[in-house]
Amino acid sequence: MSVATLLGAPVAERVLLGDEALAQGALDAGISAAFAYPGTPSTEIMESLLAPGREGRRPKGGWCANEKTAYEAALGVSMAGRRALVAMKHVGLNVAADAFVNSAVVHVHGGLVVAVADDPGMHSSQNEQDTRVLAEFAHAICLEPSDQQETYAMTREAFELSERFGLPVVVRLVTRLAHSRSAVTLSAPRAENPTQKDPAGARSWVLLPGNARRLWKERLAQHDELVRWADASGLDTLELADHPGGLGVITAGIGKQHFLEVVDELPIRPSHLHVATYPLPVALLRKLATYCPRLLVIEEGSPFVERRLQHLLPMRRSVDGRDTGRIPPDGELSPDVVRAALGLPAREHPAFATPLPGRPPQLCQGCPHRDTYAALRLALADRGEGVVAGDIGCYTLGALPPFAALESCVCMGASIGMARGAAAAGLRPAVACIGDSTFLHSGVPALMDAVAEDADMTVLVLDNEAVGMTGGQVPALPDSRLLPIVLGVGVDPAHAHVIAAHPSRVDAMADVIRRELDHRGLSVIVAVRQCLPAQKKQRGQDVPE
Amino acid sequence: MRIDIVLAGVGGQGVLSVAAVLAEAARREGFCVQQTELHGMSQRGGAVQAFLRIADAPVHSDFVSHGTADLVLALEPLEALRQVAYLKPGGLLLTAADPVENIPDHPGREQVLAWIATLPRTAVVEAAELAREAGAPRALNTVMVGAASGVLPLRVEILRACLCEAFAAKGERVVQQNLAAFEAGRRAAACAPA
Ligand code: SF4
Repeated sequence: MSVATLLGAPVAERVLLGDEALAQGALDAGISAAFAYPGTPSTEIMESLLAPGREGRRPKGGWCANEKTAYEAALGVSMAGRRALVAMKHVGLNVAADAFVNSAVVHVHGGLVVAVADDPGMHSSQNEQDTRVLAEFAHAICLEPSDQQETYAMTREAFELSERFGLPVVVRLVTRLAHSRSAVTLSAPRAENPTQKDPAGARSWVLLPGNARRLWKERLAQHDELVRWADASGLDTLELADHPGGLGVITAGIGKQHFLEVVDELPIRPSHLHVATYPLPVALLRKLATYCPRLLVIEEGSPFVERRLQHLLPMRRSVDGRDTGRIPPDGELSPDVVRAALGLPAREHPAFATPLPGRPPQLCQGCPHRDTYAALRLALADRGEGVVAGDIGCYTLGALPPFAALESCVCMGASIGMARGAAAAGLRPAVACIGDSTFLHSGVPALMDAVAEDADMTVLVLDNEAVGMTGGQVPALPDSRLLPIVLGVGVDPAHAHVIAAHPSRVDAMADVIRRELDHRGLSVIVAVRQCLPAQKKQRGQDVPE
Repeated sequence: MRIDIVLAGVGGQGVLSVAAVLAEAARREGFCVQQTELHGMSQRGGAVQAFLRIADAPVHSDFVSHGTADLVLALEPLEALRQVAYLKPGGLLLTAADPVENIPDHPGREQVLAWIATLPRTAVVEAAELAREAGAPRALNTVMVGAASGVLPLRVEILRACLCEAFAAKGERVVQQNLAAFEAGRRAAACAPA
């Protein structure tokens, strides 16, 4: 079975982003619900499901407070026998990891597909972790498409596999696939599953030790079956060269496209195995290795396949890739990187060697965060050595000049916990800067900790009433609920404020911040004004890209 | 036939709209089209780059390789220079003349245009001025679509139709302004030394 035969008769052709192809695949596979937290480059999966004017049915669900709540909601849909999609960026899977890893121990009932978009090259992320590693850790199946058409087809197939093997199935995208457009042929949609609970009931879903031990044994015993499936799936394709010996190339994901782009320039066409399934197709890998004494692995992300080869191959083979330095260990693949790895000379181009100044992204003109940072700088002037812990969103750009206001950005929600720790270590004033959506995502539990010890710190919630960075999605709760949440977890009302973030109010904002920096104990200041593009988007106006 | 294009500019200038209009026109001409875009960080006034590959048979990678671009089409001259390594020998660098000086160390218009003048095949368009003259000061990107039209195998009627559709939602006035900007770009490129 090849990717083409996965699909039934074609019913339509569309030009789709990789993210959109994935969403369409899930829709046509008959999902009843989809859940996500926005994060580049995965955001357009949910955006596309929510787009106005989308004909036909719209699945239930939508944006969630964070990736873990999104995952758990999808798992509940699966428990009820229906199909669900959950989508996130690579670091989002860290947040959802508890749910993800344990959901691979239960016996998934309705198809459960986890769409994860990795960001090699870190265009919009703090790291370039490889989702294949976490998928293997969880013993889940992972499929890796290499173009938009495969993204559509493999997403549909992922639901079938999930139900057949009782496992969550990951579909791994990378930035350049998620955010590239190409024509996709769609096939006839499938109906939704009826609601029907798992007949195995609690035996499959209650992970008390007795059940968990049995289910885990079954899961481990399933591995060989999955490998046999991978080898026969037709998703992994082997083309042997006319003569044995010589180079064998293994590609994964969009590595295939870069390889095919340059292969014709090689004097002898190498044998080629393209890998799209994890667990890996062991028999195909061994067949290639028997045929070719030298192997080169071209994969996006970590040297995942390259390392597995070391113990999959009974014979000693020379395996090249990111670990051996033939391909740089970090950064995105490109046809140029692959050329060099294959020993092809660089192409000539017009010369221009003068170093140019970089142009990093900036806060929009008129962004409310500009006013908040201006006020924070005023308030912090002439204070001793304190700390301003930052978080993840547009406002992270406040770390750059001219604001230079933030001293950290590590993971979603980290600012509050880190400011609390820094305060415990003796830094004063300790300030946490966190956006409204990030606060709801994972800031609230840390605030509870700070309340519990009345930590000597100030939390500044930069409330732009939107998830600005990813295009102005509406946060899980409206901004009017932030103060009740802050008070509800026990922050002293005398030290909880809501202020307007506006250029004409910077001095007044600074006064409030100053007063709370003087206070020995916990304070929370919510600085509110809506993100400009989000405002336009919500009014249905055009947003300049 | 294959035409590889690298598009460049500054977030907010409408680089992705240019890519979308050219891609749609190419599709209507019956070509296979691959188009990349980057969302997120790159949109906030930072450097933006997109690849567009137009061919009469499917191409593999979404990337344009170094030394293979037929055209670098830039809405800002410093961003144009950032893409020189993509040009093939004899490829054209076509850019708006107007710098976006939103960084403290921008070398300035004169220096950047002087650097561009050292390259073998370039055309610089006074796009901001042309957009203003056309009564569409925000349509610098559409001026550059017009400027590029002369070197692409895309019929002018088809490009016009794609522009009309792209701006239809904003009303007839905006559509007419953009058509005027498109014509201004076309005329400018016709006299530019490339
Ligand atoms: S998108 Fe919104 S929050 Fe982000 S920088 Fe622009 S105005 Fe500020």
